[in-house]
Amino acid sequence: MNVDAPTGAAGIVAAGVTGTGVTGATAAGTGVVGSDAALRQILHGLPGVDQVGAHERAASLATRSIKRDAKLWALDMAVRMVDLTTLEGADTPGKVRGLCTKARQPDPDDPSVPPVAAVCVYPDLVSLARGELAGSGVAVASVATAFPSGRASLAVKLADVADALNAGADEVDMVIDRGAFLAGRYAQVYEEVRAVREACGPTHLKVILETAELATLDNTLRAAWLAMLAGADFIKTSTGKVTPAATPPVALVMLSAVRDFAEATGRRVGVKVAGGIRTAKDAIRYLVLVREIAGPQWLTPEAFRIGASSLLNDLLMQRRKQLTGAYAGPDYFTLD
Amino acid sequence: MPDRPAAARAGKAAKTAKPGKTPASGKTRARGDRPADRAAVRANARGDGPGGGSSARVDVRKTYKLFIGGAFPRSESGRSYPAAGPDGAVLAHVALASRKDVRDAVVAARKAVAGWAGATAYNRGQVLYRVAELLQGRAAQFAAESVANEGVSRAEAERQVAEAIDRWVWYAGWPDKIAQVAGAANPVAGPYFNFSVPEPTGVVALIAPAAPGLLGLVSVLAPVIATGNTAVVVASESAPLPAVTLAEVLATSDVPPGVVNILTGRAAELAPVLAAHMDVNAIDLTGAAAADRAELARLAAGNVKRVFTADDDWAAPPGPARMLAFLEIKTVWHPIGV
Amino acid sequence: MASVSTTTAGAEWEYAPAPESREIVTIRPEYGLFTGGEFAAPLSGKHFTTLNPASEEPLASVAEAGEADVDRAVASARKAYDQAWGRMPGRERAKYLYRIARAIQERAREFAVLESLDNGKPIKESRDVDIPLAAAHFFYHAGWADKLGYAGFGPDPRPLGVAGQVIPWNFPLLMAAWKLAPALATGNTCVLKPAETTPLTALLLAEVIQEAELPPGTVNIITGDGSAGAGLVGHPGVNKIAFTGSTEVGKEIQAAVAGTGKKLTLELGGKAANVVFDDAPLDQAVEGIVNGIFFNQGHVCCAGSRLLLAEPIADAVLDRLKQRLATLRLGDPLDKNTDIGAINSRQQLDKIEGLVAAGEAEGAQRWSPPCPLPAKGYWFPPTVFSGVSQSHRIAREEIFGPVLSVLTFRTPEEAVAKANNTPYGLSAGVWTEKGSRILWMAQRLRAGVVWANTYNRFDPASPFGGYQESGFGREGGRAGLAAYLDA
Repeated sequence: MNVDAPTGAAGIVAAGVTGTGVTGATAAGTGVVGSDAALRQILHGLPGVDQVGAHERAASLATRSIKRDAKLWALDMAVRMVDLTTLEGADTPGKVRGLCTKARQPDPDDPSVPPVAAVCVYPDLVSLARGELAGSGVAVASVATAFPSGRASLAVKLADVADALNAGADEVDMVIDRGAFLAGRYAQVYEEVRAVREACGPTHLKVILETAELATLDNTLRAAWLAMLAGADFIKTSTGKVTPAATPPVALVMLSAVRDFAEATGRRVGVKVAGGIRTAKDAIRYLVLVREIAGPQWLTPEAFRIGASSLLNDLLMQRRKQLTGAYAGPDYFTLD
Repeated sequence: MPDRPAAARAGKAAKTAKPGKTPASGKTRARGDRPADRAAVRANARGDGPGGGSSARVDVRKTYKLFIGGAFPRSESGRSYPAAGPDGAVLAHVALASRKDVRDAVVAARKAVAGWAGATAYNRGQVLYRVAELLQGRAAQFAAESVANEGVSRAEAERQVAEAIDRWVWYAGWPDKIAQVAGAANPVAGPYFNFSVPEPTGVVALIAPAAPGLLGLVSVLAPVIATGNTAVVVASESAPLPAVTLAEVLATSDVPPGVVNILTGRAAELAPVLAAHMDVNAIDLTGAAAADRAELARLAAGNVKRVFTADDDWAAPPGPARMLAFLEIKTVWHPIGV
Repeated sequence: MASVSTTTAGAEWEYAPAPESREIVTIRPEYGLFTGGEFAAPLSGKHFTTLNPASEEPLASVAEAGEADVDRAVASARKAYDQAWGRMPGRERAKYLYRIARAIQERAREFAVLESLDNGKPIKESRDVDIPLAAAHFFYHAGWADKLGYAGFGPDPRPLGVAGQVIPWNFPLLMAAWKLAPALATGNTCVLKPAETTPLTALLLAEVIQEAELPPGTVNIITGDGSAGAGLVGHPGVNKIAFTGSTEVGKEIQAAVAGTGKKLTLELGGKAANVVFDDAPLDQAVEGIVNGIFFNQGHVCCAGSRLLLAEPIADAVLDRLKQRLATLRLGDPLDKNTDIGAINSRQQLDKIEGLVAAGEAEGAQRWSPPCPLPAKGYWFPPTVFSGVSQSHRIAREEIFGPVLSVLTFRTPEEAVAKANNTPYGLSAGVWTEKGSRILWMAQRLRAGVVWANTYNRFDPASPFGGYQESGFGREGGRAGLAAYLDA
């Protein structure tokens, strides 16, 4: 057991399950990480999270005053971190085309605005999005595994992943089985993530925890470690279909977890906050959390993303205000 | 007294007799003959200056509606009744609440419980103090309404309004203290930390006293909400005007919607509905007629409501009884050990 | 931190300066003493200068009360007590105090900026902690003024008369509120002597009191140095003395008051132990450690200045703590992003430097994060000493600065023994997820305030005060009323 890191999980890491993805041992083979009981010992051995303390720290960091060039930098970075998202039953090719146009060039009046990180759609629209985004540098992320509920057999979930991959998705956003997690079937959750990890191969995998359904910050921390141990490239707060979605205290816990995981294993896992982030002010508050909780190494789209739709225009409006000095209006930004 | 659908109300003042309703019953007066105070009520209600009776300017008259969930709806029954001065002259038509309005008010009060009971005591104290600030600002209006509606002298009305404001301020200072007075750490014989905290019971129905209009209402309402409960109030049937003006104060003073709901109408009609309502936690029968109280208390037993009745001397300083009546004591044990 | 394998490095993001404007506050070039409801020149004819400790810039010339001034203030308080405040019904006193509470809220930003200028603490703290708590103290105590019969001191407890109150420089407005609010609520009149280096927010409070139209002489505010405080303490016209400050001066006051019949309460120094068990919520414990000793630059009597770590987690906690300290921002108190402000005076800085040198000489290991200090003003970087023993001076003496001494323990009993092994007894912290252990520790810790899984939390409803040489008497809550009642 590694006494320098206060977490049992790090001990497991030292024992050979590196969580690096493709080459990691399968769950059934290790024996250590094979059972609900063993995983329970690891996850419940993590330090507790004091809810009041976590909320206070998040609230304190929300008082950071980000002005002038620091604000402009943050707004640009936030744009670059956006996963522009449409995940509606009513999505059509027309809707996705518009989204992709916006993603490539968020502000037609200002070509200095960088493109977003990715577009996020359902698997059956991935192929279309790929075509629209070819050559732009904007990635195509697809949800999968019976998003958003996660209520389907593993076979169905893996078929969903396969569809996304075959259509050419650059990134896969999977959901964990929250029912299994809340019932204590940690091994099942772990195995499902590992199975998707293996199916993805080198494709970037985000694991959605759906923290609102997990209810407690302790559960958020445990689910985060479970996902990271199973090989997630990113851990993600929410599907955006359940309220509340991302919140600062939840992000704080996840950012602490990736920081500690990196310290224990040397591997940087990213964080994506998704759902309910509508204003530039909110986005900048999340960037402050990234910087002060996880560290500057996470201030890059490779390690932090914001899943959003209407946020983008507010980022553009605030950016315009910073550059021109006048408050902007929504009519000057496109609704794609 | 005949019910009067709102649509049938005449635009101009009409002579209306209210037999048996007020002390000097049967007499009516033409509009121009009324003393300055009754005109002042109308003037205040319109936001005009005093003495509008004989001016050339046409007044804008206030409508007196129910206060439910932070909004001012008319009764779903469409009914209203005339509020009158002691001589029977009509001051205004106020909404006459029905059992369905009671139902809606209880729903609103229940919805507001979590937020209000969950607010910090400091926050509740601040909100109540803000109410007092606005009561003070409207002191003249309340006094004029009292003179017109209840027939008290101007001096007495002003004294009662000042007392009502001071009493509200007294209650505003209780939320962050009641736990220190009514709670305790209990020295049990064992390695346990044991503490008792008072918690609000939930939705409280209040039958406000017939008189005095504002002071009686404040005296029964403030202790209920200071302790974190929400309220459904049946206002004094004969003196409804201050109740509606109080509702306006509450609506503009940070009190969350639904914490206080005020129904104007007949206690005889509405009290039994509240007493039997299965989602009301407690009932204050102070304003119910003495002859009705036993039956109301019997109905209240249907869901084991906490029942409170007292005939206070409203001029005298209150004690803690009206707060303690609507608090539940919760006692918690926890072992002490490494 | 382990080197992180990444494909793309992160980015440095510097926060731009975010200064709160000074323009909201008008500082007069010269202030008189506030007695009998008016500002007037001191009979002593003397003034002194108050500085901004972040820049050493002079802020204002403030009156220095001499013997005759103290006399005049006490006479004024006595007259107000006899003729007005002492006879006023509680419900009317209450409404005056509510006015003060509301006015502080209305002028909150003005008070916060002035406090940061005069004291050196970050605007983030004066704005978010000091000023709101000061308003809350007046608000809470206003509500007791007409409810004293319910406070547990009998049906009609009476006030003492004239209260002489001497307060320190670490929370100037808040300490004024802690003294004035309960004294006034219970029916006493007051003569308040603010600290020499931080008079300005008390003088602004005097304006608020004037505008609230309290009867003249109900509150008198006399600025001055230690001799003015001593004059007030020794004045025969004062019925009650309340002092917050160093244990050394507290003992002098206790000796001076002995046998005079004056009632006395003291809130003195501390050397609190902050105890972290191996099952503590780690990240929040680190925050609690930081809040405990670096909040207000460590100028806190109840600061968690001795960190007692369970030995198995000591290294891990220290690592996290050091990483966390590297994100603390030291600098201009008026910058909204500043976490650590200036040390209040040259004198205090000298004391801190002296004790830190002693710590190094005694063999403890000193560490600070990289922390450039501004050229002008009084500054000290957040500092952690590890390998500290109970007998080191830095474990026994109150430093009153941003300096943490770290010790270890093995068992809960040992933690209690070490925590209690001090003549002080003001406060203590406990970090553990186990409820029964919190209560067990709380029962055994000899401290007037025990914080479990939190630190440095204050509320007007929560009594505050110490055991032993940390003083006697409580401020806040029902217990705090006792200090000002003849009961």
